[in-house]
Amino acid sequence: MNREGRPTRPEPAEAGSRTTFTGARGLDIEEALIFETGRLDATGVDIEEAAPFASRLGALASDAAPELPGLTEPEAVRHYVRLSRDNYSIDAGLYPLGSCTMKHNPRLNEKMARLPGFADVHPLQPTSTAQGALAVIEALADALLVMTGMSAIAMSPKAGAHGELCGMMAIKAAIAARGEGATRHVALVPESAHGTNPATAALIGFSVRSVPAGDDGNVSVEAVRAALAPDVAAIMLTNPNTAGLFERQIVGIAEAVREAGAYFYCDGANFNAIVGKTRPGDLGVDAMHINLHKTFSTPHGGGGPGAGPVALSSRLAPFAPVPFVRREGDALRLVEHAEGTESFGRMSAFHGQMGMFVRALSFILSHGADGLRQASEDAVLSANYVRASLNDLMSAPFGERICMHEALFDDRWLKDTGLSTLDFAKAMIDEGYHPMTVYFPLIVHGAMLIEPTESESKASLDRFIMTLRDLAFAAKAGERERFTAAPVYAPRRRLDETRAARQPVLRWTRPPAA
Amino acid sequence: MAELRYTKDHEYVRIEGGEGVVGISDHAQRQLGDVVFAENPRVGTMLKAGDPAAVVESVKAASDVFAPVAGEVVAVNSEVEAKPGLINEDALGTGWLFRIRLADPSEAAALMDEAAYAAFLETQA
Amino acid sequence: MRYLPLDGAEREAMLARIGVPDVDALFADVPADKRIEGLLDLPLAKSEMAVERILSAMAAQSLAAGSAPFFLGAGAYKRHIPASVDHLIQRSEFLTSYTPYQPEIAQGTLKVLFEFQTQVATLTGMEVANASMYDGSTACGEAMLMAHRLTRRGKAVLSGGLHPQYADVAATLAHCSGDRIERLAPDPLAREDLAAAIDGETSCVIVQSPDFFGNPRDLAAVAAAAHARGALLIAVFTDPVSLGALRSPGAMDADIVVGEGQGIGNALSFGGPYLGLFATRLKFVRQMPGRLAGETVDADGRRSFVLTLSTREQHIRREKATSNICTNSGLCALAFSIHLALLGGVGLRRLARVNHAGAVQLAERLSAVPGVEILNAHFFNEFTLRTPRPGAEVIEALARRGVIGGLPVSRLLPAAGLDDCIVVASTEVNSDDDRAAYASALADLLR
Repeated sequence: MNREGRPTRPEPAEAGSRTTFTGARGLDIEEALIFETGRLDATGVDIEEAAPFASRLGALASDAAPELPGLTEPEAVRHYVRLSRDNYSIDAGLYPLGSCTMKHNPRLNEKMARLPGFADVHPLQPTSTAQGALAVIEALADALLVMTGMSAIAMSPKAGAHGELCGMMAIKAAIAARGEGATRHVALVPESAHGTNPATAALIGFSVRSVPAGDDGNVSVEAVRAALAPDVAAIMLTNPNTAGLFERQIVGIAEAVREAGAYFYCDGANFNAIVGKTRPGDLGVDAMHINLHKTFSTPHGGGGPGAGPVALSSRLAPFAPVPFVRREGDALRLVEHAEGTESFGRMSAFHGQMGMFVRALSFILSHGADGLRQASEDAVLSANYVRASLNDLMSAPFGERICMHEALFDDRWLKDTGLSTLDFAKAMIDEGYHPMTVYFPLIVHGAMLIEPTESESKASLDRFIMTLRDLAFAAKAGERERFTAAPVYAPRRRLDETRAARQPVLRWTRPPAA
Repeated sequence: MAELRYTKDHEYVRIEGGEGVVGISDHAQRQLGDVVFAENPRVGTMLKAGDPAAVVESVKAASDVFAPVAGEVVAVNSEVEAKPGLINEDALGTGWLFRIRLADPSEAAALMDEAAYAAFLETQA
Repeated sequence: MRYLPLDGAEREAMLARIGVPDVDALFADVPADKRIEGLLDLPLAKSEMAVERILSAMAAQSLAAGSAPFFLGAGAYKRHIPASVDHLIQRSEFLTSYTPYQPEIAQGTLKVLFEFQTQVATLTGMEVANASMYDGSTACGEAMLMAHRLTRRGKAVLSGGLHPQYADVAATLAHCSGDRIERLAPDPLAREDLAAAIDGETSCVIVQSPDFFGNPRDLAAVAAAAHARGALLIAVFTDPVSLGALRSPGAMDADIVVGEGQGIGNALSFGGPYLGLFATRLKFVRQMPGRLAGETVDADGRRSFVLTLSTREQHIRREKATSNICTNSGLCALAFSIHLALLGGVGLRRLARVNHAGAVQLAERLSAVPGVEILNAHFFNEFTLRTPRPGAEVIEALARRGVIGGLPVSRLLPAAGLDDCIVVASTEVNSDDDRAAYASALADLLR
């Protein structure tokens, strides 16, 4: 559990900024909620009235429309366009969120996902009429197998955390099949792990045993051996890890885990750093989810949808969930039932995130083997370029070590400034940048995790670096106001998160009539 | 004279006769930041030392509160559940969490006194 | 490569700044014998035109729902989506932003989520809704786990009318979490005694309405039976448009309401991405999984929105989180919210009425086909047919005649003894010509 909080209530700002009649600030227009502007008798969809007929709804028919406001099309377009303008986006600027991989989203992929032969196909159509959709699943799975060097791919998980759940369920099933279900119920999880790892382990009834990382930011074979015991079912290790470092002893760890009769779950959130450079299957991984929205750039969409196919080793492949696609001669068939197989069951209705599969396949076809490798190299090159360009001003927890696709700094260098990582992040907003990931991983105090991705030009990287250098100099020069008051040029100043949590207002309610 | 003892998990217990008043230390509330939620055990719960007993949450962090000593919960501070900010304002006073009837009055002696806790915090910095 | 801005000279300059001779030095931590020599065994990079050609050819191998008389539902519904919805969700600021962790520059997404939560809570008749789950089936499984946490009991009773794949997902989750599942037999006539299955160990009863076979279900009686024994009622729906015609689950005393939101604003897309709707009572909110947007003020005192009650979630609580869920279905929720804002309550009611009217007309036409029987006394836009030949055969034969006639129940329930049943759905996209084509094709092949 994270026991370290941070300030969540801003100091009230000085009065004095000029206010406008509308509350707008030029192009930054204050937009009311649809419940305040929409009318309960309005609609923006023209629907022909049905000809008279005898209802067959029965006694459960409702007698009134839900109390939801309606907007005509011009009103709706304006409302959502105005809201959209309050968002930062990768299309508008460098978005250096470490661990999140905000790379460019090619628009070809959007166009392809909207082809009627993909977007307008029902998941339960006779499979004879959905061969193209099944072909996409097969083609993407084949490409992922080549990249991972593993034995099988479970395509249905809906996001990274769902993929983790899938992989861990397969491990649990494999252990049960060995007759060790009652005795092996511990997951080894490094303290640096994503929160989803321990949450997933707990969800399937495993308890969590912590493994420390060494001073170099890596987990050592010795530390793993010390934690391994007959009750251990699996290790959950992220590679490259959440500090942006390749786990140097991963092969030895995999061997130790296997010798101990346990399985190696690899959190594949950072697979984008190593595609085309090394294969998880060769490193000894038994299960790894792949965030299609990170590595293969399906859009993040303000928080999803994601997609989290899971690659499985031959030891776990028999336990993969249904459904899966099977080729029989020229035809593709869906296996939809677990009965009579060793499959552990079903993760979700239907067959996974087809819309994301098309986008990811389009990304893979576009890049090809050469482009995929180049993308990994450029991502790692860019992260190291940022790291090397800031190292003299900011402090890195693991020294001068070469990183993979993201550069990690801590807050030791801010120590005498009286400023926090949060202040630094908020000042970046005023400079027109989305902040990096802050306060993660938890093992690094005041962590700042920067992932530039392969999508940035050198000019863009240089501008970003110069901005951070300028901010770092300002912090050290005691220009506190520039940080503690920030942001001042964003659509909003810092928010009172304490109030949001103490007096939760989670929906709009009609104000009492005056 | 009430006697104040601390655990390494930053709970305190103030011994008052055969009972102890439990809360989180001033250091712990500062670490958490603005507390926005507190949940107490039910009155009558039997606790062993180290059992998770209560929960205190801020916006970005959460902490289980473990029973510093064994005993039966005899009262809880319902005011702190309604106004969790009391923990920030006065962790050792109005921000107390629950009151426990000590199973073994000697148990508290093994915990740190104020001076020892202050020294312990130094080692954590 | 059109997506990679760096060129060779720039790469060299960057390597020089880093102080390494070549890019391989950056991968020195990868064990030497585990590095890929050369390239992956995949084709080389392709132009936009070439990729478009390949994928278009694949797409052409499937039948698009819009190109045939299409009467398949069973958890995913073909709908007309206003053109403005897809335009708006492709705004860069919505499409290419991350989870709104920096609220000062994410008010657009946060306001959308706040509006979405209000819409979902209103639609379901509940007090509070989250910012969406992966889909209806996973929302249903999460609701079961939430009921376990709230009641500290470990047995879930599943109505036989619950979508079979939803029940499979719940069973898979329960197997891992150690919950017990009692799954009542599927019955197109909805004859089941849920109350009798509830005992003192029961955490929840999960009932879908309209059920998998299309029957609207009276949830109030089940809720009363559940509550009398300290259990919770989880209500499930698979088509949100049904809430424009039927009493809300909240009005019938459900404790948790979950459903599939695809039917408003989202394409069929062969099963995903969709969005799970999840609503409950305010008193249960701390055990609810998933993200929540809430209202507050900023330093200037202006109304603002922020993700809140996050201590429930995995990134803080870790192994004690309410769920391991991290993402929601942000963009799908946006599409849902825009479409529902365009419809409004009156538009939704009208849309629901058109759906129902079409289904009634279809039922009349199909029941006139010799040997075909409609099993439902009541329905919204989906009902169950009994045919004199196995449903799977009938559906394949119809497909060969260019009609997608529904779902043979045996595809999802191969052992239920319902091989002669077909679940048929009708929505606003179906014309009178479509219905006539279905009836005549069915009559023709059953002749």
